This record gives sequence, C-alpha cells and structure tokens, in this order.
Amino acid sequence: MIYADNAATTKPCQAAIRAMTDCMEHIWGNPSSLYEAGQAAAAVLADARERIAVCIGAMPEEIYFTSGGSEADNQALRSAAYLGARNGKKHIVSTAFEHHAVLHTLNRLAKEGFEIELLDVGAIGTVTAEQVESAVREDTALVTVMYANNEIGSVLPISEIGSVCRERGVLFHTDAVQAAGHLPIDVKEQNIDMLSLSAHKFHGPKGTGVLYARKGIALTGIIEGGAQERGKRAGTENVPAIAGMAAALEEACLHMAENAAKAAALRDRLIIGLSQVPHAALNGDPLNRLPGNVSFCFEGVEGESMLLLLDDRGICASSGSACTSGSLDPSHVLLAIGRPHEAAHGSLRLSVCEKNTEKEVDEILKAVPEIVSCLRNMSPLWRDKINGKKEFLL
Amino acid sequence: MALYSEKVMDHFRNPRNAGVIENADGIGEAGNAVCGDIMKIYLRIEDGIVTDVKFETFGCGSAIASSSMATELIKGKPLDQVQQLTNKAVTEALDGLPAHKVHCSVLAQEAVQAAVKDYYDRVSGDVSFTQR
Repeated sequence: MIYADNAATTKPCQAAIRAMTDCMEHIWGNPSSLYEAGQAAAAVLADARERIAVCIGAMPEEIYFTSGGSEADNQALRSAAYLGARNGKKHIVSTAFEHHAVLHTLNRLAKEGFEIELLDVGAIGTVTAEQVESAVREDTALVTVMYANNEIGSVLPISEIGSVCRERGVLFHTDAVQAAGHLPIDVKEQNIDMLSLSAHKFHGPKGTGVLYARKGIALTGIIEGGAQERGKRAGTENVPAIAGMAAALEEACLHMAENAAKAAALRDRLIIGLSQVPHAALNGDPLNRLPGNVSFCFEGVEGESMLLLLDDRGICASSGSACTSGSLDPSHVLLAIGRPHEAAHGSLRLSVCEKNTEKEVDEILKAVPEIVSCLRNMSPLWRDKINGKKEFLL
Repeated sequence: MALYSEKVMDHFRNPRNAGVIENADGIGEAGNAVCGDIMKIYLRIEDGIVTDVKFETFGCGSAIASSSMATELIKGKPLDQVQQLTNKAVTEALDGLPAHKVHCSVLAQEAVQAAVKDYYDRVSGDVSFTQR
C-alpha cells in the first residue's frame, strides 16, 4: 500500500503506541480518583499537558483536552461568541474555506443572531492580514482563520493576522489541525488567543485533541457533566490517547524541520510531475504550502473514479468531488477558490509525509496520468472539449 | 465491507461497450457536469432491434458501472423492451448500489430512454428513414 492521505489521518508512531499501551496496561485508573492508581493517571495527564504546552509555547493551564479538532473548534467559537455577546459584540470574521467544524458552528451562531462575515480567499486560497484588518469592527467578537487549509494546503499568514487582532483587541482563534506538528507554532509570539489541534494528524491517536485558550479567556462548556478540565469539559479523560498525543506531538516537533524537508521534496516532485498532465491545475498557494500537500484538478474526469482506480493500484488518496463528500456539491474549498463545479468534481488530493519514499512518488506519477487518460477516453465531456464543442476550463 | 459490490467493481474496471458509434441511429444524454455525472448512450438500430450500443460517461464508479450494465441489458433487445428499462433493473443486475448512488442507475435509465426517443424523433421526421 502507498499511503498518500496523511491529511485525512496518519499512521500512529511507535512513541504514541508505546505511551498508549503502557497507560492501558499499567495506568488505567480514573484520574479523578484520590487513591494512588487514580493519581498515577492524573500525573500522566499533568505530564502530557505540560509537554503539549511546551510544543506550542503555551502554559499547561491553557491546555484543554477535547475529543479532537472538531470539538475544540466548536468550543472555541461558542466561547468567543458568548463572551462577545455579553459586551454587545456579535460580529464574527472568518474565511470561506474553513473546515466544516468551523463553518457549521458559524451557521449555528448565525441562527442565534450573530453576524458572520466570511472573507474571500481568492484564486490561490489565502487571506491577508489587511483583509482581516478591514473586516474587523467595533462589535467584532472573534476572528477565526485556519492556520493551513486541509484540502489545498495553503498556509495562511497567522502571525500577521494575530498582530492585527491583538492591536484591535479582538479575540483570535486558529484551527491548526493541519499545522500542529508540521509547522512551528508559538501561541504567545503569534498572538493566538485560541487554537485547535488534533492528535491523529501528527501520528498520534484518533479521538483526542486540544483546545488552547489563553489564560483569562472563560470557556463555555459544551459537554455538561463532571468537573474535568477545570470544569470546562466534562467526561473522564481519555488518558491513553492523551499520553499518545503528547508523545506524538513531542516527536513531531523534535523532528519538524527534517520531516518537513523530506515531505516537501516529495511534494514538489509530485507537483512537477502532475503539472505535465494537460488541462490540470494545482490548487492552493504554490509558495506558502503545507510540506505534504498536493492538490490538483483534472479536467474531464470525476474524482471518485480516480480514487477507485488508484485504490486498485494500492494508492490511498482523496478527492473533493461530490461523490466522495456524500453531498451533491463538490468541496466548498475548491468552489471558494473559484474552481467551477465541473473542475472541482475532478479533484485529487495526495498528502505525503516523511515516511513516504521517492519510489512511491514515482509509482503515483506513473499511475495518475494513466488513470486520468483512461477516464478521459470514456468521458463525453472530454470528447466535447477536444472536439472544440466545449471550452476547456483549465 | 467494500463500498461497492463485486459486480459494480467489475463493470467499473472493465466497462462493457464503452465508446461511441459514428452516425448512431439514436443518441441520448442524461445528467450534467455541475452535478458531476454525464451519461451518453449511442444506439445502432436495425429492424426495431438494438444491434449495437456504446456509452460514454463522466462520473463516479457507480455511474460508469450503471452505464456499462445498462448497455448489456439492452443490447440485442427490441425497442419496446429497451424503452421499459428501469433503474431498478440496472441496480439489481449490479447486485445493488449504495443508497446515495441509486441516482446513477436513474441516469442510466434516462440516458437510454433519451436515446430511444431520439431515434423515434428522427424516424418520424425523416420519410426515407421510415420507409427503409
């Protein structure tokens, strides 16, 4: 198998597996229990909290464990919105290509009376600090802008946006699910008030993540129950997963530069190779880009068909076509950067990591053009285009 | 469990009757590029029988498999039977489709019916053709 879908999830690293199995075998007490077995688990949590805090430049008491990136996004947005509303601030600034965990929460908040302003992300898929600055108003409760886009790989100018927000006194949240463990994060230096991350995107376990909230920001609980996480997130902590997350993040941060260099070399080899396919286009920012992200639209073919044929060759990838999204519309991200529906249906995302090899990349570079060509030969749309009956879009 | 039945994957990997018929007697199209599925059916009709059929499809795995299966179901059949092809017959012949993919079999039915209608429209509009 050639695994090229690391933006979907990653293979757990040995350090994470060891930390998790160790917890499950030896430290399985409830961290809220007062006897020693419980306190041993509480110590694992405290240790993980501290190590994760160090990785992102935060303090341990600013780290809240959640079930993952989506929950962290939900809680961050609701908390900031309700804090703002107390002071009559009901305006929220975000971007058109956020993850659904952010966009759907914003939709809910809109129904509750908040005014949501989504910034245009342009053709390469990014926003500038100037755009944010001109959108911020007296009644802005929150700016939430993703650190890096999960589909097209654009890395956004988070430090600049952070400075703008700090100067204007507006809370700034970033969904850093694709960035954590892959790009340097320092919440203090970057003026980030809240940040979401998810362990399984950096070789940690699924179902666990972090909401960082700067000291002094009062979070709104979205899961009611016990007093875990200083009363902000009820439910017995997933101790093994949290231990695994800390181990994985530490390892990812320790090797960040070398891993990024390896992944970026493979990424660039893929981008150069796939650019040779006629009527294909790279999606996302070509310069400020996640080290592992390759996203293309191929005209005249449909994404799910590509994925099935790639799967036949043992290659795991993903697409933003409607057929893979489970809805009638293709990816909102590709539509947001101005790709027509038809081109968006023909999208392919390959996301590599440091574990992939040049040999694998070369196999992908052999497979993709063959598959695209095979599907184009069957496509009435492609025939109309090559016969001049329809315009090429890409 | 796999997303698709073995039958669907077989027709997707090895589509039957893919291609075009030059100067076809009837051509039908269904779907559109915005939704991500277009099917085109080409018919050769002799003495009221579909003697040859080809398809072209832009779409997902089940769209390609549905087109392929539809062509198999109508090849060699008289037009009155072809016109009665249902999406249910296509789905059943494929050993089922996932619920959110059933619309692919509907497109196959629509493309076949459109091709038959195109044939009849041509026949009724062309006297020499009718007399042949």
